Parts: sequence; C-alpha cells; structure tokens
Amino acid sequence: MSLIATGDPTLFSIVQLSLQVSLTAVLLASLFALPLGALIALFRFPGRGVVITLLNALMGLPPVVAGLIVYLSLSRAGPLGQFGLLFTPTAMVIAQTLLVLPIVAALTRQAIENLWEEYQEQLRSLGSGRIRAIPTLLWDARITLTTVVLAGFGRASAEVGAVLIVGGNIEGVTRVMTTAIALETSKGDLPLALALGLILLALVAVINGTAYLLGEITSRNMQ
Amino acid sequence: MSLTRLLTGALPLLFAAAMVPTAQVAADAPFITLASTTSTEQSGLFRHLIPHFTERTGIEVRVVAVGTGQAFTIGRRGDADVLLVHHREGEEALVANGFGTERRDVMHNDFILIGPRSDPADVSTAATIAEALTRIFEAQAPFASRGDDSGTHRKELELWKETGLSPGGRWYRELGSGMGSTLNTAAAMGAYVLADRGTWLSFRNRQDLEALFEGDPLLFNPYGSIPLNPDRFPWVKADLAWQWHEWITSTEGQELIGNHAIEGSTLFFPSMEW
Repeated sequence: MSLIATGDPTLFSIVQLSLQVSLTAVLLASLFALPLGALIALFRFPGRGVVITLLNALMGLPPVVAGLIVYLSLSRAGPLGQFGLLFTPTAMVIAQTLLVLPIVAALTRQAIENLWEEYQEQLRSLGSGRIRAIPTLLWDARITLTTVVLAGFGRASAEVGAVLIVGGNIEGVTRVMTTAIALETSKGDLPLALALGLILLALVAVINGTAYLLGEITSRNMQ
Repeated sequence: MSLTRLLTGALPLLFAAAMVPTAQVAADAPFITLASTTSTEQSGLFRHLIPHFTERTGIEVRVVAVGTGQAFTIGRRGDADVLLVHHREGEEALVANGFGTERRDVMHNDFILIGPRSDPADVSTAATIAEALTRIFEAQAPFASRGDDSGTHRKELELWKETGLSPGGRWYRELGSGMGSTLNTAAAMGAYVLADRGTWLSFRNRQDLEALFEGDPLLFNPYGSIPLNPDRFPWVKADLAWQWHEWITSTEGQELIGNHAIEGSTLFFPSMEW
C-alpha cells in the first residue's frame, strides 16, 4: 500500500502505459468506426443485414480470442511476423482496437439510423446528400456517441485477456494495470491486487466524469 | 477562461500526457526477449539477476513469463531469443528438432506437496511421493491440478504415472491456471496441490495450506537455458542471447542465483559448483 501512497514511479509508468494503450486504441477504433457506423446506417446495400448482425455479434468478441488472432498474425511465424511487433505496446493497441471497433461501429449505426429516420426529410429538403449528411448527423448525435466511445474505452481499459497474450506482461515494457492485477493475484498478494483495481476504477471514473461534464456544458451552451 | 474551454482542453491534454513516450531510452538500448516460467518470474529471481547482467553487458532482458508448454510454443515459433524453462524432455526435444542451439543446466529446486494443515489423506507420513499420491487417491481428498501443460503439470502427470493410478472424479480438479492461481484456489477449497518450492515460498495467500511432503528424488526440478537457433530463425538476436546464456551459467550468474532467498530460504540452487 505504501507504494500507492508514495506515488511509486513503477506504478506511475504502469498507469501511463494503460492509458496510452487504451486511449490510442479507442481513438483509432473511433476514427474508423464512427464513419463506418454512419455509412451502414444511411445506405442500403446487399448483405447489409449480415454486416449489422456480424458487427453486433463482434461486440461480444472474447478478448482472449482477439488476443489469439493478433498473436498468430504478429508472431514471427505469422503473416505480419517480419515487423517484430509481438510483445510490444503496439501489438496491445492493435488487439484493443480490434475489440473496440465493433462496439463503436455497431452502436453508432443504431444511433445514426434513429436520428436519420427523424431528420431525413429536413436534411433532404436542405438538398444535402447522404454522404454530406454524415458529419451533421454525427455532430447532432455527439452526446450519445460520447457514451458510445466511453463504452469502447470501458471495454479496452477493463480487458486483460488480449493484452496478456500479445504483450506478454513484460515488466516496464508491456505491463499494464489489468495484467499487473492478474499477476499480483497469482502471487497471492490480494490486498495489492485489490488496491491496483481501485486505482484503475478511479481513473476510469475520472475520464467518464470529464466526458459527462463536457456533455453537460455543450448541451447547456446549445440552449 | 471559461469552464468549457478548460474542460475542452482537458481531454486532449489527457491524451497528450498519455502519449508521452515512457520507454524511449530503453527502447533504443539492445534487448533480448526471454521466455520463461511463471515460477521463476513470481519468485522475484529475475528482478534479482537481470540488473547485474544489464550493468555488465548493457543488454536489457524482457521476460515473458508463461507456462513451460506455452514457452515451448513461443520457442518453436521463434518469438523469443532464449528460453529458461523446466521440463528436461521437452527441452531436449526442442534442441533435437533444431529450434534451439543447445541446452545448459542452470539451476534446480524441488517440487513439494502442499495441502491443508489437517492432512486428511495423511501424506506427511508417506515414504515416497508415489505413496503420498496413492493415499490422496484412496481418500478421494480434493486435489488441485494445474491442468495447463506447464512444467509443473507435466511433472504431476509423470508422478501419477509412477503410482499406476489414473486420477479422475470429483475430487481431482483440473484448474487450467498458473501456479499462483492454482494455490489460491487450493487454499480456498482445502485441496492438495503440487507446487514448485520457489512459488510456494513467495506465495502470500496461504491460509490453511502447509508443505506436507518433500524430499523424494523424483521431485527434483531442474531448469535449463536454451538459446533459439539463428539458422532456423534468422531474426533471433543470437549474439546477445548467447551472452545471457553464458552469463547465467557463469560464476557470477550462478553465485547470484544461489544467494537469492526469501525469508532466509534459498529458492533455487545453481547447477554448477564454483
């Protein structure tokens, strides 16, 4: 416990790496998934139902499976082996991006589709095409979409299965909060494991609180 | 400055803070990846050894601690530079099949049979480990097996083979987890469990568990070092890995292994006399 009270530098770097990996993964995933979700919401194409079902199903992709897929791809014997990315933070970002992307895309699709049904006549009368409507719709849905992105962040910051496999839990290189908690639990140091868990919870709460306040303020400014 | 602007600034700042590279200097330093077992990592051995090696050679060692079975898989795929594991047969096969260059004895400790203090199967008076396991089998006392193809799990299966019995049924529980998790579970359900001495000595959540049987020569637990073969895996840092391989079997490495202790108990005994 003294390690937490004194702001231990090892703990600080573990916290920093956790945020770095999960926030990067959420950023990357959102960059693709927000427009992707909106596109699927607005356009009709063959196999659309299959794509939507698949995206929804992938929200439940077990982290350990995502980890295994990324492991086999990045392993020296795998298709992307020549880049030597296994057991690096980059590998962890890739695995978490894979986990977050379907969540953000599927929920964005739903949110935008609802909004489109409500506003399509208005937007059409303004003469804007579907593609042109996407930024407007994403902006209008920004409060819902913030929650969507936070759900993705929750997934990334909470998972241990994927980062453990592709990162290897290397001290000082790929050890993050969740893998450190798993390690301390297996050492039988349950109080330390629990304390680390509380810190992780507090961090996630701070990030969610900031996002909530931002949402409150922007909606107040709109009125 | 309005509160809005303050908060709009806060999120990007948080991102920026998170993006500050942590290990920039370390990433440029030469390093090797060592695939090893959870038992060595959790015993604190590497934290004791590696700083000395890094100081001498400037080479950083990144330890990936997994079960021995998984470490062999990492070795066969060329995903590390050197292994430190404990399953003699598997190690020799790895070298024979050309995945590793050679195998050297590094250190040893022993396995011990842990169980609830009340010892319902009376293993503490058994003469051999085979007799102790037979008593557990006959008493149908709860037994927690690693069940994860680790070195310890492989050892446990070999010991059951010695008894001529095939364990199974409600009392024999395959957990499929690492040594520490298995000990946690065994502590919670009052089960017998085979553990390596290193993990046991460094394990904190013992509750009612005690070391009940030890000392049978069959419980010997040797660890070997195997650098991966650069002919097979051209990307392996063969030269750096070889320096580690040499150092851990050198007088300095061996002495350091011998003086690593927890609460006065030696965890690993170096293989070489010096």
